[in-house]
Amino acid sequence: MLLIHCPYCGEDRPELEFRHAGEAHLVRPDPISEISDEEFEAYFFLRENPKGLTYERWRHMHGCARFFNAVRDTVSDKFVVTYKAGEPKVEVERGDDGVARVKGAGR
Amino acid sequence: MAEVTATRQGPLDGLIAGSVGVAIAPAAPAHRISLRVGADGIPALNAALGLELPTVPKSSVTSSSDRMALWLGPDEWLIIDEKLDPMVDVAGTDAVFSVVDVSHRNTAIKVAGRGARATLEAGCPQNLSDTAFPAGACSRTVLGKIEVVLVRTDVNVYRIECWRSFAEYAFEFLADAAHDCMA
Ligand SMILES: [Zn+2]
Repeated sequence: MLLIHCPYCGEDRPELEFRHAGEAHLVRPDPISEISDEEFEAYFFLRENPKGLTYERWRHMHGCARFFNAVRDTVSDKFVVTYKAGEPKVEVERGDDGVARVKGAGR
Repeated sequence: MAEVTATRQGPLDGLIAGSVGVAIAPAAPAHRISLRVGADGIPALNAALGLELPTVPKSSVTSSSDRMALWLGPDEWLIIDEKLDPMVDVAGTDAVFSVVDVSHRNTAIKVAGRGARATLEAGCPQNLSDTAFPAGACSRTVLGKIEVVLVRTDVNVYRIECWRSFAEYAFEFLADAAHDCMA
C-alpha cells in the first residue's frame, strides 16, 4: 500500500486515510469582483495537470482531518515531500538519475 | 395517570461475538464531546475537564475518574466519559473553543483478547504493531469501508468508536474477522 507522510501526524500513514484535494498554491484574486471573465476562468477552472512533478493539496481525511501540501511525481506516483498548509512552496529538482528530491537535499 | 417509562436502546444491545482468543461486545453507553480548541485555550479546558489534553499525535489520556481524552487532530479531541457529562464541565469556561455533544452520534465496540490486534488488522490499514500503536495509542482511521476512532485501551483491549448508523456493519465485520484471526 502507498504510504503518505502527514506533516501534522508526523508519520507515514496508509493512502486509504487520504483524499486528493486539487492543485496547491492557488491564490484567490483580490478583489475578485473586479477581475475579467477570462481571469476568473483562469483562476477557477484552468489547471496545470502536468506529466511529472506537481504541487497538490491533500487532506488526511480519515486521520487528523487536516489539509496539507504535497509534491508528487505523476509518472511514478511517488511523493517527493509533504508540508503543512500555509508554509512556502518547497522547491524540488530532478537529479541525473531521474528521481525528484527537495532542492539541495542531495542523494 | 399511567406511568410511562422509556428505555433507550443501543444499536448493538445484547449482541456478543468472537472466537477462541477474541471477545467482541458493545461498550457501555457514554457521554461524548467533540472539542476544538487552539493552544491558547488548552489550560482552561484542562482545568474544566480535570485532565491534561494530550498534544502528541495519536495519544490519549485517561483521568483518575476514567474520563478519556483522545487526540484526533492538532486542535481536535474526542472526550469520552461513561459517568459524568463533560458538556456540563466545560460550560462557561473562559476560553475560545467549540464543543459538540456527539454522545448519540457514536457507539463503541470493545475487542479484547490475544487475537484482538489480528482481528482489527483484517480491516484497518494502519500499522498496529506494539511500537507504532502501543497501549494508550488512539487514532481516527479506517475499518473496512467505514471511518472509526480506534483506541488501544490496554495491551489486548481495543475500543472502536464508530457512527451509530454504521454500528451493525462494524460489528459484523469484526465478528467475521475474529473467526479468521487464528488466535
Ligand atoms: Zn494527519
